Amino acid sequence: MFANNGIIILFTLLIALMASIMPMPLNADVFRPDWVLIVLMYWCMALPGRVNIITAWVMGFLLDVLLGSVLGVHAAAMAMSIYIIVENHQKIRNFSIWQQALIIGVLAALYHLVVFWLQRFLIDVVFLTSYLYPVITTIVLWPWVFYLLRKVRRNFSIK
Amino acid sequence: MNPIFKHGPSPQHRLVLVLFCSALLIFFDHKMASFESVRGYLQSLVSPLQYLANTPKQLMTWASTNLTTRRQLMSENQKYRLNELNFHEEAMQLVMLKQENDRLRSLLASPLRSEIKKMVAEVISVDSDPYSHQIVINRGAGDGVYEGQPVLDALGIVGQILHVGQTSSRVILITDISHAVPVRVQRNGLRLLAAGSGQIDRLIHNFVPQSADIITGDLLVTSGLGGKYPEGYPVARVSFASNDESREFVRVFSTPVAQIDRLRYLLLLSEKEPQNIFAPKIQEKGPLTAIKPQEKVTN
Repeated sequence: MFANNGIIILFTLLIALMASIMPMPLNADVFRPDWVLIVLMYWCMALPGRVNIITAWVMGFLLDVLLGSVLGVHAAAMAMSIYIIVENHQKIRNFSIWQQALIIGVLAALYHLVVFWLQRFLIDVVFLTSYLYPVITTIVLWPWVFYLLRKVRRNFSIK
Repeated sequence: MNPIFKHGPSPQHRLVLVLFCSALLIFFDHKMASFESVRGYLQSLVSPLQYLANTPKQLMTWASTNLTTRRQLMSENQKYRLNELNFHEEAMQLVMLKQENDRLRSLLASPLRSEIKKMVAEVISVDSDPYSHQIVINRGAGDGVYEGQPVLDALGIVGQILHVGQTSSRVILITDISHAVPVRVQRNGLRLLAAGSGQIDRLIHNFVPQSADIITGDLLVTSGLGGKYPEGYPVARVSFASNDESREFVRVFSTPVAQIDRLRYLLLLSEKEPQNIFAPKIQEKGPLTAIKPQEKVTN
């Protein structure tokens, strides 16, 4: 995992973890994009041999610890969304950037819904549409994250 | 090197394995609660990340406190001086009232109230999971924080300690959907249960009979029943009480007194001896004897 500048992958993932727990004002907090999911998706699409479902599950587990939810909830949802990316990475790579963004949006929505369903099953939470607001910001953010991470990957020649 | 033929297990196998692990974790964490001590270690493990994530905010507050004008400082100083005078005066009366209360309690042969220890903590990161209301504070088992410890801000009850790490710990707020506080109406002593609603500005009171005397604006204080929260701290103010008599129970909502959405400095209260979760189990006898007077009060 750490050969060929693989440590950079870990570094970007840690930054994403940090961004997803950074304190923010309550109004902006609802729109916080899924940083970890978006970064994992890029790496899965670019280097499916390096970053796979197990990595996604471990990141989801760390997110569970950081957010204080029941252990395994975010991990399962993360693994499911990443599975779809890993299975179709050859196809998604060839789409244009905004088509990719839409697919990422659908997968982000799936991620949030799986988390919601599991939470609903464990503790009786009620659905608010605000739970899906992060999907919008994730779609808008994808092109920027994509170009930034591609630059990082080429710069450090991570293979 | 980019192999054309993939090595290792297929994605399907990995997914099944991982989902199985998740199911096991969810079962053991939620239904059996067998991860309580492991949670402590995990919390300690990720606390550097939390401290790091908090640095931009701390830099901003540092900058804003260092860039205040002299005039601002002077006016603030004056305000604090006036406040201090007021508090001094109230404290003088408090000493007298305490003595009087102790004397009356001893006349009634009821046990004296034990002194409550306090500790100041700062919020280091606000949880972003919309399904639960939790915050992380910068005190842990090393400072004597224990699970179930009540947490206040300057105005009222905020919540209680959920998981303790070595240098940080997690607080569950009273507005969390899985949390409830036993309270009583200050005006007439009516006992209620204040359950969290998942909304930051609302607590729900279930099963309040139609005959209950409760009106909008009533202050609810902790009743001390249940043994978690000490008696008499403000919790919420009633914001809505329906008088629809066709229903079986009155619908009562209240708004927390504490500023749940802008927490920064918190107060941790401790009545019993701190018990370190990382310490060996021999200490168990200490807290048991310390709880006893508390039990008498509730009886």
